[in-house]
Amino acid sequence: MRTPGSFPAAAGAALADVQLRTNLRAATDTIRSKRDRVVRELSDWDELREAGRTIKANVLARLDEYLVQFEESVERAGGHVHWARDGVEAAAIVADVTLAHGANEVVKVKSLTTDEIELNSALAAAGIDAIETDFAELILQLDGDWSSHILVPAIHRNRTEIRDLFARTIAPTISSDDPHELVEAARTYLRERFLRARVGVSGANFGVADTGTLCVVESEGNGRMCTTLPEVLVTVLGIEKLVPSIPDLEVFLQLLPRSATGERMNPYTSLWTGVSADDGPQEFHVILLDNGRTRVLGNEVGREALHCIRCSACLNICPVYTRTGGHAYGSVYPGPIGAILTPQLIGVENAPSLPFASSLCGACYEVCPVKIDIPKVLVHLRAESVRVAGTRSEGLAMRIAGWSFGGSRRFAFSQRVARLLQRSLTRGRASRRLPGPLAAWTRHRDLPPAATESFRTWWSRERT
Amino acid sequence: MVIALFITCVTDTMFPGAGRATVEVLERLGHEVVFVPEQTCCGQMHLNSGYRKQARSLARSLVRTFADYDVIVAPSASCVGTIRESYAELLGGPNPLASRMFELSELLVHHLGVEDVGAAFPHRVAYHPTCHSLRVLRVGDAPLRLLRAVRGLELVEPDRANECCGFGGTFSIKNADTSAAMLADKLDSIEGSGAEVCVALDGSCLLHIGGGLSRRGSQVRSLHLAEVLASR
Repeated sequence: MRTPGSFPAAAGAALADVQLRTNLRAATDTIRSKRDRVVRELSDWDELREAGRTIKANVLARLDEYLVQFEESVERAGGHVHWARDGVEAAAIVADVTLAHGANEVVKVKSLTTDEIELNSALAAAGIDAIETDFAELILQLDGDWSSHILVPAIHRNRTEIRDLFARTIAPTISSDDPHELVEAARTYLRERFLRARVGVSGANFGVADTGTLCVVESEGNGRMCTTLPEVLVTVLGIEKLVPSIPDLEVFLQLLPRSATGERMNPYTSLWTGVSADDGPQEFHVILLDNGRTRVLGNEVGREALHCIRCSACLNICPVYTRTGGHAYGSVYPGPIGAILTPQLIGVENAPSLPFASSLCGACYEVCPVKIDIPKVLVHLRAESVRVAGTRSEGLAMRIAGWSFGGSRRFAFSQRVARLLQRSLTRGRASRRLPGPLAAWTRHRDLPPAATESFRTWWSRERT
Repeated sequence: MVIALFITCVTDTMFPGAGRATVEVLERLGHEVVFVPEQTCCGQMHLNSGYRKQARSLARSLVRTFADYDVIVAPSASCVGTIRESYAELLGGPNPLASRMFELSELLVHHLGVEDVGAAFPHRVAYHPTCHSLRVLRVGDAPLRLLRAVRGLELVEPDRANECCGFGGTFSIKNADTSAAMLADKLDSIEGSGAEVCVALDGSCLLHIGGGLSRRGSQVRSLHLAEVLASR
């Protein structure tokens, strides 16, 4: 998995890109208003959210049992189950299965989990060409770029850029940036690959423990091509994606499309169980992937990040994400959910700035279809971040602040000192340039002069 | 009714006028306001920045400070939000302040049943619903009800009113560029609304918005809700 760099530095660079901000704003505004409209239609939306949360919490509490049950169910239905501790193990299994069938090419369903483990580059190293078939994923793959949004991976690209890319790669004769022509070019390119592919690779939105059923939710139908046409299908499933039984899907198949694309019902919902004679792949493998998930599970406060159903509503509403875009988060999981999931998957010490990439405005919690209290987890992870990567200067500043709040006399004294300091710098006017860490404040805003008399001084003068 | 005032560290230091206005409004309504001088800070900055030890000690001391009061008011939604939502977990036990600490507008409208406080303020006002009043305390339209009852006041609604101004405590320092981008959009929408005054019920957000307006040389002023309610 990628290791993110400093969020503030990456965000600073992204913020300078005016086109990116305009693209993002337009795209997220559209999805948001669609989502709001269809969510308002349901009078039981909040009960649905509560149900989603309850099912997920139950699954995590008994994950060991559900995983074994799922394994038995898949095998009973004629599938093979593999367990992978990390991305390297998972990729090796995919490569082994592919090579065992003499194939050197796989077609892929859009899958965050396989992006997380950088499956494509691992397969390339084994001599296997992995072809992304989701329209946006294909764009990114052709350009050597990577996803900046959970659901709309190429949200940072516009039509003209895509036309130019296709002209350079899969459709030399294309001249128009009309969406229909762009899609037609991709269709022509992909159709040939669907028909010749012998191995398909997917992730999954849900795995059903008591039947062994897998569920993939997508909009284009290209995913279904990958899960039905090849002889062999390999699914990489994060261990947190289980639900106990089929009726549980009823809750999530209402929550997910409304939160994700603002649709009442998802266009292509594929469910399959093991193998069926003369229909679809005749060999099916599922790889149960940990890759840090049991570490997240061990965090009592942070584990609810594993409830996530990857709808991306929190990205679209987030005032930080909608300005910086996804790449600033340095992970395939960007936005508020990424800020709590990535540091837990790879260790807070490897992403110490991500828990701070939020103003704690709470908009993400409000829209989350499974009620993940993202602000609470962020605050929890901040304490861990300070513990493993806190700076001495900040620690000192916080201790000084703690001391000055430690009693009313100290506080009144500190108020006087701050007032005198500010006055000596600015002579009673608003501060426009302050030294030290406060320079980051005055780079963009003034600091009004501290009041000549604090409230407590006024009170003791007037009222006692 | 005896009402204890939790002034909050930011209001005490930067906006004592909002504190005096809070006292004035409550006294005008016939209540007795008490100020306990031992109070300092609720610990929000420490808690949200990852310094739990200091936050816990500040929380303990605030609980002690207000032990004798049944109704406590603070002119700040984010401080009340911290106290109400985080103290139980922080203190590792019951939160004695949870049911006794109120933000000013929720105290007036939801608990005292007052909307008209007898104020007059003949200006065009944009109300900025601060994140913690909206999404943590869920004060709903309580501030708007109070503002609508103010004589001469004309309310205007900025675009994307519910979006964060970008303050976020130390976020404004640690992620200054992102915070500034959020602030710029917020200021555009406030100025675009035609307001003369931007009103909110959190001193910290007003520090941010006011600091941004001042840097722009804007004609729009920022004021705390209490200051509008105290005007006549």
